[in-house]
Amino acid sequence: MDFELSEEQRAVRELCRDFAREVVAPAAEELDREHRFPVEIVRQMGEMGLFGLPFAEQWGGAGADFLSYCLAIEEISRADAGVGITLEAAVSLGAAPIHDFGTQEQKELLLPDLLAGRKLWAFGLTEPGAGSDAGATRTRAELNDGDWVINGSKQFITNSGTDISAGVTITAVTARRAGAMRGEISAVLVPAGTPGYSVQPAYRKLGWHSSDTHPLAFDDCRVPEASLLGRRGGGYQQFLKTLTGGRIAIAALSVGLAQACLDAALQYAKERSAFGRPISAFQAIQFKLADMAMEVELARWATYRAAVTYEKSQATTGEVQRLAAMAKLYASETSKRAADQAVQIHGGYGFIEDYPVARYWRDAKVNEIGEGTSEVQRMLIARELGC
Amino acid sequence: MKIVVTVKQVPDPNGAQALEPDNTIARDREVVLDPGDEYGIEEGLQLKEKHGGEVVLVSMGPEKARDAIRKGLSMGADRGILITDEQLAGADALLTARALAAAIKAEKPELVICATESYDGSTGMVPPMLAELLGVPQLTFAKQVEVDGQQVTVHRQTEEGYQVVEGSAPCLVTVTAGIAEPRYASLKGIMAARSKEVKVLKLGDLGIDRGQPAETVESIADADAREAGEIVEDDGSVGVDRIMAVLQSAKVL
Ligand SMILES: Cc1cc2nc3c(=O)[nH]c(=O)nc-3n(C[C@H](O)[C@H](O)[C@H](O)COP(=O)(O)OP(=O)(O)OC[C@H]3O[C@@H](n4cnc5c(N)ncnc54)[C@H](O)[C@@H]3O)c2cc1C
Repeated sequence: MDFELSEEQRAVRELCRDFAREVVAPAAEELDREHRFPVEIVRQMGEMGLFGLPFAEQWGGAGADFLSYCLAIEEISRADAGVGITLEAAVSLGAAPIHDFGTQEQKELLLPDLLAGRKLWAFGLTEPGAGSDAGATRTRAELNDGDWVINGSKQFITNSGTDISAGVTITAVTARRAGAMRGEISAVLVPAGTPGYSVQPAYRKLGWHSSDTHPLAFDDCRVPEASLLGRRGGGYQQFLKTLTGGRIAIAALSVGLAQACLDAALQYAKERSAFGRPISAFQAIQFKLADMAMEVELARWATYRAAVTYEKSQATTGEVQRLAAMAKLYASETSKRAADQAVQIHGGYGFIEDYPVARYWRDAKVNEIGEGTSEVQRMLIARELGC
Repeated sequence: MKIVVTVKQVPDPNGAQALEPDNTIARDREVVLDPGDEYGIEEGLQLKEKHGGEVVLVSMGPEKARDAIRKGLSMGADRGILITDEQLAGADALLTARALAAAIKAEKPELVICATESYDGSTGMVPPMLAELLGVPQLTFAKQVEVDGQQVTVHRQTEEGYQVVEGSAPCLVTVTAGIAEPRYASLKGIMAARSKEVKVLKLGDLGIDRGQPAETVESIADADAREAGEIVEDDGSVGVDRIMAVLQSAKVL
């Protein structure tokens, strides 16, 4: 067993760390305050090649491994989790399903722009009545005259309404199954601007203010039959794979955010004095910092382990799902605890937006919700245990 | 034009700094390419883009200093040379300059670019020693470099402004942070760097020996604490006069 990153992985981490420190972090406070999507930062990340990191060079990717991609997410999220989720959703939810399940034509048409970060693609699974229970999807796509006619709505969809959003992959019921409670679910590609497809006004979110999230509505929206992504009826298997990779990436995002909480708390604890001593001299504060450091480290290695296993395994095996669920669950809850302790260590200042920890606290919560809630991760793990 | 850029790996300026018991700099922590060297690499790359040729990175350091070279290679430099030898651990400025000179001489570059000083040791002595050992002119504190045939012209940063200094290649230039904004490597650059050569040289390969240190750091003391400032209460009538008086007594005006 060897716990060293490769030379290339270290290089990716250092590049992203520099970029995050010099470009992403200085902009974070303002983007958060103004709820603004950072077009310019996304453009630069695209030029650096971050959106193409784990994909083959043939499609304009960098041909790096999945762990390198996770390192990039971790470092970017350490500066701004909203920018981290923009990258994560673009790669894991937007480009990856097209790369993994698309036809030659679909890939040729879409991937070059997506992997260069010139365009973003969204993934619409969640609906007002179908979140954790994704099988309860109500959106319908019916074949009519060589077109899929889509009706329904999607909810909480990341990267769907930016100036460079090029479209969305939605899951939809494509056939009722006689006698079955649930219909056949397939994935369909819907380009932005298709008549009948409308992106509703952005949500007012608790955190992740620099990321873009909208409800989507489909009203007799027609796309050609060839817009089906992958096999008809393959929707469920596809999003299982998509979400497994996505969960590992969310774990990496959570590790980055938790590290940021530790960094900020440690610095503040050394600078702030009370009772004539820096507060870092009090054991009560030291133990908080020690716990944070330990949990960040554990979350990090659980994430890296899951990333390496995901890369190695061709199929979405039970083992990969379990490791992904554990990493996501542990890292997201670590980020939430770390943010909470970072605010506590900052005292009253932690509650004031002049320090970044208030933003970290608001940003951390959703890690326990998106791409499968903590409850869902525990259910997955328990199922793997054979319960 | 063949350009050599010297690069060094230093403790991450954003991390905690410390000294070993023998007063050398502790390197058992996160290390990065010296931020000052990124300017030299950027300038080297821009000169190559204008005039063609090759950018070779030369570093002396432990095996892991290879990462610093790799970073420069992912920015676009062509190949690297790493001088690494246990006998070089804790080398002072002169030994460093001798080792670099021996490796660089063999390359016969037309231009050697160094940062004015390293981030960690900050002696600023290696570049002039290196120029001397290479037997080439040195043009220092450049905030702009122009090459026209054999003629090298720099704008040399001074406190008042800048001087225009000319020299002829081969020569050594030290560059300041004002020279060019270093580019970010791209992922493609990182991948391309995998196949670029990094040659490893030992002391024996260079034909030099360790010799006696020219300097050792005997002891270290904290800088004097700054004196507390004077607080002047201003009711709106005395402020400007007081500021003028203070500036005059400090001979700033
Ligand atoms: C900012 C943001 C961005 C998002 N981006 C996307 C996106 O790009 N694409 C996309 O498709 N979705 C996206 N989502 C949606 C996200 O994945 C869902 O919110 C999440 O899966 C939970 O679904 P839900 O909101 O419907 O909650 P529900 O499923 O209604 O859950 C409510 C609560 O009940 C619990 N619960 C549900 N079922 C069970 C059970 N069987 N046992 C125990 N507890 C249970 C849940 O854990 C939760 O605590 C995003 C969400 C947010 C907030």
